Amino acid sequence: MKKKEPTFLNLVTTLFVATFVSSASLGFVYEVTKGPKARAELNKKIEAIRNVVPEFDSSPFDDKTERCQNERCITLYPVKKAGEVVGTAVESWTQQGFGGEIKLMVGFLPDGTIYDVEVLDHKETPGLGDKIDRKKSDFTRQFQNKNPGAFSLTVKKDGGSVDAITAATISSRAFCNAVQRAYDVYRKESSH
Amino acid sequence: MMSIERSRAISIWKNFTKGFLRENPVFVLVLGICPTLGVTTSAVNGLGMGLAATFVLVMSNMVVSLIKSLVPDDVRIPCFIVVIASFVTIVDLVMSAYTPALHAQLGLFLPLIVVNCIILGRAEAYASKNPVWLSVIDGLSMGLGFTFALTLLGGVRELLGSGAVFGHKFITGDGILVFILAPGAFIVLGYMIALVRLVNKTD
Amino acid sequence: MEYILIIISAVLVNNIVLTRFLGLCPCLGVSNRFSNAVGMCGAVIFVMTLATIVTYLVNTYILNPLHIGYLQTVAYILVIAALVQMVEIILKKVSRPLYQALGVFLPLITTNCTVLGVAILVIQKEYNLLESVVFAMANAIGFSMALILFSSIREQLDLADVPEGMRGTPITLVIAGLLSLAFMGFAGIVH
Repeated sequence: MKKKEPTFLNLVTTLFVATFVSSASLGFVYEVTKGPKARAELNKKIEAIRNVVPEFDSSPFDDKTERCQNERCITLYPVKKAGEVVGTAVESWTQQGFGGEIKLMVGFLPDGTIYDVEVLDHKETPGLGDKIDRKKSDFTRQFQNKNPGAFSLTVKKDGGSVDAITAATISSRAFCNAVQRAYDVYRKESSH
Repeated sequence: MMSIERSRAISIWKNFTKGFLRENPVFVLVLGICPTLGVTTSAVNGLGMGLAATFVLVMSNMVVSLIKSLVPDDVRIPCFIVVIASFVTIVDLVMSAYTPALHAQLGLFLPLIVVNCIILGRAEAYASKNPVWLSVIDGLSMGLGFTFALTLLGGVRELLGSGAVFGHKFITGDGILVFILAPGAFIVLGYMIALVRLVNKTD
Repeated sequence: MEYILIIISAVLVNNIVLTRFLGLCPCLGVSNRFSNAVGMCGAVIFVMTLATIVTYLVNTYILNPLHIGYLQTVAYILVIAALVQMVEIILKKVSRPLYQALGVFLPLITTNCTVLGVAILVIQKEYNLLESVVFAMANAIGFSMALILFSSIREQLDLADVPEGMRGTPITLVIAGLLSLAFMGFAGIVH
């Protein structure tokens, strides 16, 4: 089959049709995946809340409050069992990670003691800084049942109480920074 | 004497198996090295990336082969790139919805499948000249070869670096950390290419 | 100060080739001769900076207002391809010597993942325009440094007695690994 000599109009039409079909099909896929994507994100958050506070029977998303400063927000999710507040999950963040932002879910008991901490999102180096994830190492365990009032949230190298991850001091510091931020906001909220 | 049917079946089989060792895109052709090194900190990541690339490779090979006679030569490459970029975005969207954890691990390397030399290379060198079904087989072969290479590399790095395979730890302790970090990626791939050369030579 | 940090981080700590694994194909491809490497570097610094500016504007003024962020990959790669073509045409008309120096390397840049990679990273890191330009240039310089280091070492390598199976790509990768190991020493100087 011999191709016909392309004219300028021909070229433009071909490119236009190609990009048009492409954007149309992408728009379609985007619409289809939008729902499941939002649901997956929500599930991840609920799962994280479940992991960092004691058992509860309320819906944490109904009671959530947000504290914002300079357009960055910290979200608090108080959880109740039989109407009684049994803990609060605080969604915190830091920009000081080695690979940028780290997002955490920190669970507090009503007296301010940390129940547990879970990493929501991070970009730390695999093999080093990613040990802040509790699936990779026991680093987060040392925060369990510690009250930041008595437990200094800085690494031992800087005079605090936290055992840093070997060769990942920056990630460990960042992690402490995010937990401290969560604690500060939680204290301010609960003292009202 | 071999029947025509049989020799045809053999040539299809050869076309399919070429991607694994003889013309393996990573080990022999040395294409698509960036994602190969970037995501293979574990076998699972390597497998996920490989399958994502395979999907893009098969689909784009198919579409390119379908539209090859409709597209004028002068805008051939831009059209191919649009086709590839569309499939990459589809994979990106679908993975972010259904496998969010893996999606987060692969990160930047997912959109970068677009500029993976293997995909445009196959579209230009093979799919734009061959019938649809042969192009699909070619895409499948190259894609699975790529997946094989990535999973193997990820497996070796995970084993040496953290004493685990597919996340199952069977050696206690930390492992040789350097293999999970950047330098290990380069060194393991270097030795693997040398090894595959040896295997191909003795064949 | 902030800009200096961006530059140090991009060139040394998170070198785009040696720790982010981007742009390896051209690094392995054109690093066998020192003069080729220098030509490639010039082309990359030029195109990467320009492409980052254009894609940043496309993202801020077209994709975001229309809420079609999912078209990012398609839009960026088309913009980069068109840009490379345009630069080639303009260079040909305006500066013959510059075209002769960079010309052969320009088409290779479309499929250089550093350009698309940096354009996407800039958006992920939420930089403003000026920071983006600094980041792009710093990364291009980081790429150039890695490429020039590579090519110098490879020219020496021609004289060395390398075992047969390791010749070419394998030994280059092992060298890249050692270079990367050296660059890890820079980790921690920023922050």
